Amino acid sequence: MAKVTVDGIEVEVPNGASVLQACEAAGKEIPRFCYHERLSVAGNCRMCLVEVEKAPKPIASCAYPVADGMKVFTDTPMVRNGRRGVMEFLLLNHPLDCPICDQGGECDLQDQAVSYGKDHSRYREEKRSVKDKYVGPLIKTIMNRCIQCTRCVRFAAEVAGVPELGATGRGESMEIGTYVEKALTSELSGNLIDICPVGALTSRPYAYVSRPWELRKTDSVDVLDATGAAIRVDVRSGEVLRILPRTNDDVNEEWIGDRSRFAFDGLKRKRLDRPWLRRDGKLVPASWAEAFGAVVQGVRGKTIGAIAGDTVETESLFALKAMLAAMGSANLDCRQDGAKIDVSRPDYYLFNSGIAGIDQADAIVVIGSNPRVEAPVINARIRRRWSHGGMRVGVIGPALDLTYPATQLGSGPGDIARAAEFLSGAKHPMILLGRGALARDDGAAVLAAAWDLARASGALREDWHGFNLLHLFGGQVGALDLGFVPGPGGLDMAAMLSGGVEALWLLGADGFDAARIPAGTFVVYQGHHGEAAAARADVILPGAAYTEKDGTWVNTEGRVQLGRLAVMPPGEAREDWRIIRAASQFLGVTLPFDTLDALRAEMRAAHPVFGRMGRGPLAGCTDDAGPKGGALGAAPFALPIANYWQVDPITRASATMAECASVYLKPQPLLAAE
Amino acid sequence: MALADKDRIFTNLYGTQPWNLEAARMRGDWDGTAGILAKGRDWIVEEMKQSGLRGRGGAGFPTGLKWSFMPKERPADGRPVYLVVNSDESEPGTCKDRDILRHDPHKLIEGCLIAGMAMGATAGYIYYRGEYFNEGNILQAAIDEAYEAGLLGKNACGSGYDFELYSHRGAGAYICGEETALIESLEGKKGMPRLKPPFPAAVGLYGCPSTVNNVETIAVVPTILRRGAGWFAGFGRPKNSGTKIFCLQGHVNKPCNVEAEMSIPLRELIDRYAGGVRGGWDNLLAVIPGGSSTPMIPKSVCDDVLMDFDALREHKTGLGTAGVIVMDKSTDLIKAIQRLSAFYKHESCGQCTPCREGMGWVNRVMLRMVEGRAEIEEIDVLEQVTRQIEGHTICALADGGVWPVQGLIRHFRPMMEERIAEYKAKHFPMAAE
Amino acid sequence: MSGGGTGVGGGFEGTHAIGKAEAEEPTHFAFDAESEAQIAKIVARYPEGRQASAVIATLYIAQKQMGRQTGSAWVPRVAMDAVAARLGMAPVRVYEVATFYFMFNTKPIGKFHLQVCGTTPCWLRGSDEVLRACKDAGHLKGYGDTSADGLFTMTEVECLGGCVNAPVLQVDDDYYEDMDYESTVKLLEALKRGERPKPGSVIGRQTSAPEGGPMVLTGSEE
Repeated sequence: MAKVTVDGIEVEVPNGASVLQACEAAGKEIPRFCYHERLSVAGNCRMCLVEVEKAPKPIASCAYPVADGMKVFTDTPMVRNGRRGVMEFLLLNHPLDCPICDQGGECDLQDQAVSYGKDHSRYREEKRSVKDKYVGPLIKTIMNRCIQCTRCVRFAAEVAGVPELGATGRGESMEIGTYVEKALTSELSGNLIDICPVGALTSRPYAYVSRPWELRKTDSVDVLDATGAAIRVDVRSGEVLRILPRTNDDVNEEWIGDRSRFAFDGLKRKRLDRPWLRRDGKLVPASWAEAFGAVVQGVRGKTIGAIAGDTVETESLFALKAMLAAMGSANLDCRQDGAKIDVSRPDYYLFNSGIAGIDQADAIVVIGSNPRVEAPVINARIRRRWSHGGMRVGVIGPALDLTYPATQLGSGPGDIARAAEFLSGAKHPMILLGRGALARDDGAAVLAAAWDLARASGALREDWHGFNLLHLFGGQVGALDLGFVPGPGGLDMAAMLSGGVEALWLLGADGFDAARIPAGTFVVYQGHHGEAAAARADVILPGAAYTEKDGTWVNTEGRVQLGRLAVMPPGEAREDWRIIRAASQFLGVTLPFDTLDALRAEMRAAHPVFGRMGRGPLAGCTDDAGPKGGALGAAPFALPIANYWQVDPITRASATMAECASVYLKPQPLLAAE
Repeated sequence: MALADKDRIFTNLYGTQPWNLEAARMRGDWDGTAGILAKGRDWIVEEMKQSGLRGRGGAGFPTGLKWSFMPKERPADGRPVYLVVNSDESEPGTCKDRDILRHDPHKLIEGCLIAGMAMGATAGYIYYRGEYFNEGNILQAAIDEAYEAGLLGKNACGSGYDFELYSHRGAGAYICGEETALIESLEGKKGMPRLKPPFPAAVGLYGCPSTVNNVETIAVVPTILRRGAGWFAGFGRPKNSGTKIFCLQGHVNKPCNVEAEMSIPLRELIDRYAGGVRGGWDNLLAVIPGGSSTPMIPKSVCDDVLMDFDALREHKTGLGTAGVIVMDKSTDLIKAIQRLSAFYKHESCGQCTPCREGMGWVNRVMLRMVEGRAEIEEIDVLEQVTRQIEGHTICALADGGVWPVQGLIRHFRPMMEERIAEYKAKHFPMAAE
Repeated sequence: MSGGGTGVGGGFEGTHAIGKAEAEEPTHFAFDAESEAQIAKIVARYPEGRQASAVIATLYIAQKQMGRQTGSAWVPRVAMDAVAARLGMAPVRVYEVATFYFMFNTKPIGKFHLQVCGTTPCWLRGSDEVLRACKDAGHLKGYGDTSADGLFTMTEVECLGGCVNAPVLQVDDDYYEDMDYESTVKLLEALKRGERPKPGSVIGRQTSAPEGGPMVLTGSEE
């Protein structure tokens, strides 16, 4: 530790810390543009200048290491003049288009100009003009505003792992861009918008849509993959206009994937905004009373089963499970993909090392998964761990471009056991098993084999749990935690779809082929988007998407998190637990809760795991006995997601995601004209 | 008393003799090199300290001291240690290293071996500017000769010491003369100066301990060690010792390079070696004494100033690279300095805000000052802008870029005011008086 | 258009295409055997895993090859991609290097590259006259221009480091020194005739020695 005095305040900071960090420890705010704590230090904007005793010149605090006994001054004439000078220089060629700039109101340059700017410009020359660049369908560039801080260049190379952005030319002719016109090949590209301190890189879908101060901001969690990223939903007049990441160091740090950020326009399209029922073979609009009437008629006295979707919050799942139990049915399943998940122990289906645990790993074997597509933020964390050195990654499954090097260890289940050799010697080995690897006939055997590999490579210890299942959506783990699987004597999904039930309740279940439902089965579809499952339904009960309800979701680590209602569901759509509560009344099995709090209290009582709000996975493994296995098949692993941008009803309804899919999935011409 | 030819180190400065190994040996190069190496690292470093040699690349840092910063032991992890020679000679007014590369490459190569050994280096790279294509070819041919003769490589010179030496061509970027930019460039990146600390002696080329020295600095090493530190220290004033190649140019009768003793009076340097100022000494207006980055000095200072680090610093300028740019009374000084502003704007790497944005501003204002199309108050603004740039960047390019402008304002402000008044009188005659 | 512009120095327009490559951009580039041999020699100078150090040299090799093959020594984007592939670098890192250093031409140039040094030491000795002569004899409008016959491209360059032999005109790799209007015209006429005059001082100086012969190192001074 080093003792540093900042403006007379003594602080202790670790050796090797920067002067800027010492200043922050002393509560001094240091202005900066190029410095970003999650990127390498560039030291080029020169805004963070401070004075150090005995130094003849001000120093860039972001880049200068502390020394014991150092005396730092953050508010002296030398410092103020230095920063004012830098601010004046930055504004020389910066356009005065703040009134129409989408960064306005949340612009670092604007904010700092208040403190360090002049009330007039001394620059009498012409401003520089820089051609805008095409970097993909998500990011709008207005390069006149660029202050060449190179944050975006460093983000692309270091975090996203796609070194496609650069600063070409030099001096005042230096320009940020890809040089060749091409869309950045990253699933994390939207984060460039956040790290750009000015309005050079802004959101293309959000261009000229709103001013930030008009927005109502709601903290929530993302469910479009299983990372459980912290997000903020920005709303104006009942419409989601923006989704941004929030910082959660244990989960997403401050990044989110492009799907999580940009798919929200899908919330406004193809929505089920009123009940429907089938009359003479055709779906016709109906009132809620008529819809419930039809439900009663179609369901009462019949054997019923329920299938849960992938992004449903636990409260409505809990309600639905309770309603079916009251009707005497244990025919439940939440595994639309047919994944052979063993729910007998949570650590058989969780990402037990934790996302933050990746930082400790020194060897990872990825089995039947492409984390770059399935959970880009988690993949970026693995990449960062790799970039620090001393970690190796092996892959069993299709060859992948993970943005970091990986050793191909095999392609199918038969190669799992042999991977122990690759992991040998590792102190913190990780097995990253894709959920897709379980969605096959020998899924249970794959699960057991992966567990055995973890055991064989010393990954199952009291101080380290190296077995990790990577789920695909934000509702999947919560459903497993609730036991939304066949109860005693209950049927699983395959059995239900093979004529095992006469009535089927689909709660947001759009992840399987609806044509598999037998012709005579009475189908209630409860959900928010009108896709094939809704089209097959006899009654449609319009529910709420994840931004439209308060709910509890569990991420792939088993972290229980709250999502919050940011907008009301459209039209006559309602929060899903309320729909089920009402249905239970019509069906004569009234559920014993009529508020969300009451429901949650019951849910936590039945499943104490939901009381562990916000906490990550339990550390270590005390029982290395594995799940029941079987015979491994010979088929190589296939990946569950080929199209990152379109994976569920919301993303499939999104025009933005459709554009991404068309840009990224088609081979790009080398010099694509915009 | 003028420097005698017998005391000149660069006896083939003008290339009157061949550059090759045979001719170089006749001139005394590679004589007893193994014996020098046998005296060991510490002796060499100490001798260099005693000689008082200060870096010839512009900053004038004591060479022996710089070498002593290198780790005494080879890094435990087996990392190599590098000597990097800076031959990216691009400071306007400077063309001395060029003569060493093309006429005396063996002095440089021998110096590399000795310097490399003295700092525990395993290999050396000589980075020469891309425009010196022909000079670089000669250098490479000389390196090949030295390898063939067993002077480099395994057991170099029969010393028992292994040392590899390579040439590396740049591609047109003044900034690569800054030592960390040079290292970046050598690593295959844009020549953007690195943040310091860490300094190259700790983390240099490829992350390994490295020292960057100027060509002339390294090339004088063998002669100093052969003739003794005392001999070298005998020239020039204390702390400014040795001989030095001066580049005499501009409005002199006979521009040339010449090796002279340090601390020689500027007037004697010009009169004796360059045939005097065009039109006589009294026709002198100003001199840029040490390459473009050093502020100019008016004739009154030139009359008796000595050409060394300390004397020139007293006049708020510097010896720099000893590129002496002489300007007579016919010179449009404002234009001369504006053209340097254009140079620095062009050569700014673009990394730091003050330099990237500021040098363009300075150049544009200077362009108007050349015409006189400005307000008198703008001279102050210009001065303030240069202060706003100076000392606020990672490297010294921006400092060097604004000092000439500061020098102009310091010594010739009335000329600038007059130019503005003339412009106003011509274009706005009604407004005058 | 950034200020400064042509004719006053400090422009970066020269032979650098900013942004999207021009229509002349070829669709294919592969190193020929001669280039490959040169690359192998250069790469060997750097430690294992440090091949990126050879990027400048390899770009030169590509530029030279373009000169051999097309008569215009420049580096099209496809050649930068070939350099990146050859050295295991991300293409954008090569684009950065190729556009940072002034000696790479990222757009086509004429057969002869006239590089007029316009920095103060040369300017003091009459570089404006060299410029004028280049315009007149080369039929060039100004810096950055290529003559209609494709023979000359003229660029203003910064200090070439030949200051005691100012003004300097660099033609491709060679320095012509102590130039004036007449000698520049003569040089360009010779180039047009397919001759390649000997580089160096055009007034017969012994390299950097003063006009009329060295005053030191004559063996007589004492």
